[in-house]
Amino acid sequence: MKPKAMLVSLLGWLVALVWILPFMGVFMTAIRPLDELLNGWWNFQTFRPTISNFSGAWNHPTAALSRGMLNSLIVAVPATLLPLFLATMAGYGLSRYKFRLRTPLLALVIIALALPQQTIAVPIFQMMNALNLVDTYLGLIIVHTAWGIPWIAFFMRNFFTTIPKAMEEAARIDGASDITIFFKVVLPLAMPAIGSAFALQFTWVWSDFFLALILIYSPDKLLATQRIPLMRGVYHVDWGLLSSAAILVMVVPIVVYLILQRYYIRGMVGWSLK
Amino acid sequence: MRTRAKYVAFFVVPAFALVGIFVVYPVARTVVLSFLDSDGKFVGLQNYIKVLSSREIVNLEGLSRGFPLGALVHNLLWIAIHLPLTLALGLVLAVLLRNVRGGAVIKSIIFLGMVMPMIVGGVMINFMFDKNLGIFNAFMEIFGISARSWTAYPDTALLALIFGSVWLWVGFSTVLYSAGLETIPKDLYEAAQLDGASALKIFTKITIPMLRPITIVVVTMTLLWELKVFDIVYVATMGGPGGASNVLALQMYLYAFRAMDFNRSAVVAVLLTMSTLLVSLPLLRTLRDDQS
Repeated sequence: MKPKAMLVSLLGWLVALVWILPFMGVFMTAIRPLDELLNGWWNFQTFRPTISNFSGAWNHPTAALSRGMLNSLIVAVPATLLPLFLATMAGYGLSRYKFRLRTPLLALVIIALALPQQTIAVPIFQMMNALNLVDTYLGLIIVHTAWGIPWIAFFMRNFFTTIPKAMEEAARIDGASDITIFFKVVLPLAMPAIGSAFALQFTWVWSDFFLALILIYSPDKLLATQRIPLMRGVYHVDWGLLSSAAILVMVVPIVVYLILQRYYIRGMVGWSLK
Repeated sequence: MRTRAKYVAFFVVPAFALVGIFVVYPVARTVVLSFLDSDGKFVGLQNYIKVLSSREIVNLEGLSRGFPLGALVHNLLWIAIHLPLTLALGLVLAVLLRNVRGGAVIKSIIFLGMVMPMIVGGVMINFMFDKNLGIFNAFMEIFGISARSWTAYPDTALLALIFGSVWLWVGFSTVLYSAGLETIPKDLYEAAQLDGASALKIFTKITIPMLRPITIVVVTMTLLWELKVFDIVYVATMGGPGGASNVLALQMYLYAFRAMDFNRSAVVAVLLTMSTLLVSLPLLRTLRDDQS
């Protein structure tokens, strides 16, 4: 039994190694000068780490990530909080009231979960054009909000159906209105679920590429993800620069994931398992 | 009764008004666009015939000549390779890592692929398969296969992307299956062991059937992801070389925002949406069960 258990452990860590190798590779490529990489980033005959690639990506002449990450933050914060607030209310409404449109709305939510963003792309572009909101963050934030509401509403509704109504009923007997009950009694109870939804929505908005691609085009307004494809060299791929940029852009969602891991996984599993 | 309606409106209307204007209406508009020509005249199914018979979508010559086979075929290929691999790997890893010290850490590492922006994921795939820096080539050299940038050649670009995307997505199936395994009651296993059932028999007769609800979710979500795949293709190959790794979502973008043909792009979008809706029918069914 003992050797078998060891074999299983060995296999498990081997898998981990395979999965982490590309990360190590990107990291080594980012911190090592080009001439050291010619024999492979795994070759350590000389090792002179440098941060010049990171500062190169951060201050890139045409696609500076310093600006890109700030822009992404400017979009991601409101595009997370706004749908979170609206969809939590909607999820509560869907879980606590029986009304004629309830089932159709729930079906709509599930259908919206399945939609590819390509389906709304052209009309969204035309609408935003008509509203003078193309190439503005406001336009992008509105679309992210509308796009995030269905899954958050669904997730929150599923959460609310699992918490007992006793406290709400007690508050109602005390004469509190439904709106007071929601803000004073329900919201505090819902914080763990809201935390999950926050972690996921923030990560997704930060990671979004397609909606930004069709709505934002001024060079100084481009988001972080949009600047990554611009980091490639013209005649050859500048892997040092590209790797540093990749690391900078993925560090934000990875930090969110590491801090909110419990919420993140619960959101992922809970949302998927309905 | 009136106050109740007021509350329903207060909670539900703001959110769904936004969804109605910025999701439902655009979808309807896209469906309409797919039946119009560029002057806005109704042309029936003409756009659909044009798109489905175009080489970007289905390329029958590719069957004898090799890639490109057309975006639609490429998506199907993606499903045929990526879905079984991620399911099997996720299940095996979930079972395996339960018995590994530090299994939770390994799971977190594997899950990183899910956490990073997919635009970065595409860069990572290119990196893995790069001629000089790619670890894949270092392994291949052991078997005497000469190094090349696998995403840059028509015959391997799509396959490299698909295998790279397995690396990205297995974290999802692993984490879901791990959560699923926790829900299987332990005494089921104990009873089977008392009866002298083999490990394989326990796996096929208890574990797999008990995980059925999870499997449905994992299959649905993975299919949706395979159909919607865009970012990694855009950044890694731009569908190239010569369309050899093109997919539907990218072709829709190219029609709409490069060729400025909103009608043909609408057709691709509608076809894509019909596929994703078909795929998510099982989820809609769980809703119906909920109501009854």
